[in-house]
Amino acid sequence: MIELLDVHKTFNPGRENEYQAIRGVSLAIEAGKVTALRGPSGSGKTTLLGLLGGLTRPTRGRVRLDGRDVSALSERFLTLLRRDTFGFVFQQFQLIRDLSVLDNVMLPAQPTGRSYAEIRRRALALLEDLGLAQRAATPSQWLSGGEAQRAAIARALINDPRVILADEPTSHLDSDLSQQILAILGRLREQGRTLILSSHDPLVFEVGLVERVVTVKDGVIVP
Amino acid sequence: MTGGWRRQRALIDFAVANMARRRGRNLGLFLAYTLVVFLISGVVLYGDALRREARALLADAPELVVQRLTAGRHDLIPAGWTETLAGLRGVTAVQGRLWGYHYDPALGANLTLWVPLEDAPLPGQVQIGSALAREKGLGRDDVLSFRDAYGKPFPFAVAGTLERQSELANADLMLVNEKDFRAFFAFPQGMFTDLALSVRNPREVRKVAEKVLERLPAARVISREEMARTYEAAFNWRQGLLLSVLSVLLLAFALLAWDKASGLSAEERREIGILKAVGWETGDVLAMKLWEGGLLSLTAFLAGYILAWLHVFHADAPLFTAVLKGWSVLYPRFALVPEVNVAQLASLAFLTVLPYVAATLVPVWRAATLDPDGVMRE
Amino acid sequence: MIFQPPALALLFASSLNALMLTGVGLFALYLLVRWNPASGGEAQIALERRTHLASTLVALSLVLGLPALALFVHTADAMAPFFIGAMCAIGSLKANVWGFPALYTMLAGFFLAAAWLVLNHLDNRGWDYPLIRPKYGLLLLLAPLALAQAVLLWLYFLDLQPAVITSCCGSLFGPAAEGVGHDLAALPVQWARPAYGLVWGLTLASGGLFLARGRGGRVFGVLSGLHLPAALAAVVAFVSLYIYEEPNHHCPFCLLQAEHGHAGWLLYPLLFLGTAAGVGAGLAMGVRADSLQDAGPLAARKLAWVAMAGIGGFGLLAWGYVWRSNLVLG
Ligand SMILES: Nc1ncnc2c1ncn2[C@@H]1O[C@H](COP(=O)(O)OP(=O)(O)OP(=O)(O)O)[C@@H](O)[C@H]1O
Ligand SMILES: [Mg+2]
Repeated sequence: MIELLDVHKTFNPGRENEYQAIRGVSLAIEAGKVTALRGPSGSGKTTLLGLLGGLTRPTRGRVRLDGRDVSALSERFLTLLRRDTFGFVFQQFQLIRDLSVLDNVMLPAQPTGRSYAEIRRRALALLEDLGLAQRAATPSQWLSGGEAQRAAIARALINDPRVILADEPTSHLDSDLSQQILAILGRLREQGRTLILSSHDPLVFEVGLVERVVTVKDGVIVP
Repeated sequence: MTGGWRRQRALIDFAVANMARRRGRNLGLFLAYTLVVFLISGVVLYGDALRREARALLADAPELVVQRLTAGRHDLIPAGWTETLAGLRGVTAVQGRLWGYHYDPALGANLTLWVPLEDAPLPGQVQIGSALAREKGLGRDDVLSFRDAYGKPFPFAVAGTLERQSELANADLMLVNEKDFRAFFAFPQGMFTDLALSVRNPREVRKVAEKVLERLPAARVISREEMARTYEAAFNWRQGLLLSVLSVLLLAFALLAWDKASGLSAEERREIGILKAVGWETGDVLAMKLWEGGLLSLTAFLAGYILAWLHVFHADAPLFTAVLKGWSVLYPRFALVPEVNVAQLASLAFLTVLPYVAATLVPVWRAATLDPDGVMRE
Repeated sequence: MIFQPPALALLFASSLNALMLTGVGLFALYLLVRWNPASGGEAQIALERRTHLASTLVALSLVLGLPALALFVHTADAMAPFFIGAMCAIGSLKANVWGFPALYTMLAGFFLAAAWLVLNHLDNRGWDYPLIRPKYGLLLLLAPLALAQAVLLWLYFLDLQPAVITSCCGSLFGPAAEGVGHDLAALPVQWARPAYGLVWGLTLASGGLFLARGRGGRVFGVLSGLHLPAALAAVVAFVSLYIYEEPNHHCPFCLLQAEHGHAGWLLYPLLFLGTAAGVGAGLAMGVRADSLQDAGPLAARKLAWVAMAGIGGFGLLAWGYVWRSNLVLG
């Protein structure tokens, strides 16, 4: 469903600190499967996730979603497409301080024009499902690492996306919590969602969640 | 409720929450904003109220006033002039007027004694302006006594105070009877202070004035329009002066607003990045930020305007009195008649809110167009 | 030279407006040359981001435009006592040669900005920026207009001589006058009343047809546009007479005064908003783009409702004044 065709990403092109993070990647992601990007730090996993999820624009090459070329889409419609299709779980949780967990979870749905009550109901259901119901009113900075990661997952699910992109979902957690998060991701898979992860945590590859491993090194895919 | 409106509601909610989260910083901006609105609204409210006073003062004035000059000084007019002028084309009425000043040592100020052409008080009675009544603590039937032209006490019984349609117009006024007036000042019979001419067609006023001078070369002619323009010019000059001083303040405030809006903290940049990464469109962030500015402007404008209003109409505008009023040294308390009008509000909004909006628009847009993918790394 | 707060506010607002729209106009030129939606490159993205700023500025300009217009007319009306012979806004506007041109540019600016916002709204609904070229082409017209408006306002206020002898409305719309104003005033009421009624009825009927059947949107747009001059003519020819209850007072500006119940402040906003929305509805139906097949008619419907309320409300109000009046004319 998502295809990268000879995609390049160069940061700060033409400047002194120019850096080629992705150097010609072609990759097809299958719907309904769990794909994991694996590779050492700095290899370009995060950048690749950004490219797959329409958050980062390729410097060269094409990105297709369901056969439609999205790399030429205007920023506005790329954003709308992204909002409806992808849910992101970032490497650093990225919750907004001083805003309650519930408000954080509702955030991506706010500008969609859906009714407040409906969004709130869905957010509470998600929090319940992820065992965070009693934390709904807590300011997000008070959460523990595992809680924050679950809040971030709830936020990624609020617009009911087909694809979840999770960047190093276990990197800040101990192994028990990691197991817990991986179990949650497994449930998402069972709901029929496509999962794309990035990780260099061996645990992620041991629990039998990942169906396809893509190894990244210095901005290219190695077989 | 449609999707578009729900979206705006959600953006407003977020904007309010956002401002509440940065209370300290927004409070400073709010106070500066309120101060600017307060000062500018104050000058405009005060100036406009004075202007209205002056207009009320002139509303009943005759189209032309004729005075007599002797050796370049204002002199008394013999009754004979009335007939000379009554025959002029375009003149509907000529009336001799009696008025003069009396220095009151107790108050340290000049009072105006005036004989109204109609409805004059009875002999021995006087009607006084509200400021004078206040200063002297006088009410109905109290007796007011001054020394007349021969140094003898001359008592007047207060028959009433003049209503406060216009304070400037009748603050220091005493309306008296012709007989009392002549007796008090030892004013010669058959003479008047000046003449009031009524002219039917406003377009003929200048013609008539020229003809008056042809017939009576020793006369000085003052038209109502000319007086209106003199007042207007005096007010405009003073108000313009104050406003131009304040425009510097406005500029400083705009710079402050610009600086606050463009100097985003790392935290704010991160938050905008998060919003955009989770699916907020540039237009959404822009709208949310504009709501923030709009709500701040609205509250600061209302607060500043209301404070200015109270200052001008209920606290006697201590901050502006010296500069704007200028001529009247008499009254420590000088209550202007309050008025709210839409055009004035609109002008004030243009003058105060617009600079803020203009100063923050580009920084806000810059913030809204931040790249979302920075959020993926710290 | 009259520098009272409303004049200062107008000068400031119009100068800012001119500055903003000149910037946007220059950007429009640049965009029309560089726009390339197929590229997706940095330059295209940067251009796209700037369009957000441009639309915000034009929206602000429209938000300013209507109150500025009202403030200008109100100020002109309030200044009348300072000019010899002036009775209402006309006298002040005629006090020098810049007044009426300034008013006309403000009116034109309002309608153009409204049309622009309709195009912008639609453009934002299509994924491929279907209207970007007409939209920025229109800005090339709006920008010089804003500049002209600011210059005219400065000239007008700088050149105002308080003592000047000016003309009153009678000389523009009275029996002794010449020109369009007089011709309109001279229209026989027996003819003008049914003629305007016909135009009004046709406009509303076509709007009703469009709302009911979804057809004839462009016809409605054209009729709304034509209704504006007809409505103004009607105001001069007969509505004013019934409001003043005088058989020879045709002035469309004295209507703004308190003595006449501020009738103008009710009639004109309804008329102008209704016209802008009606023309906008026609425009929304008129644009052809694959990506706007749903958005165009949807926007047109909403605009048509506003237009019906505005134009319908104006007409009803006008007939109400005629009906309630104590004046009896042929
Ligand atoms: N905005 C940027 N400007 C310059 N260089 C960048 C930028 N973003 C990323 N890079 C560089 O691109 C390379 C790939 O970064 P990326 O974050 O994709 O790696 P990663 O595989 O996710 O690493 P990690 O496991 O540490 O998260 C890194 O060397 C990084 O320094
Ligand atoms: Mg990474």
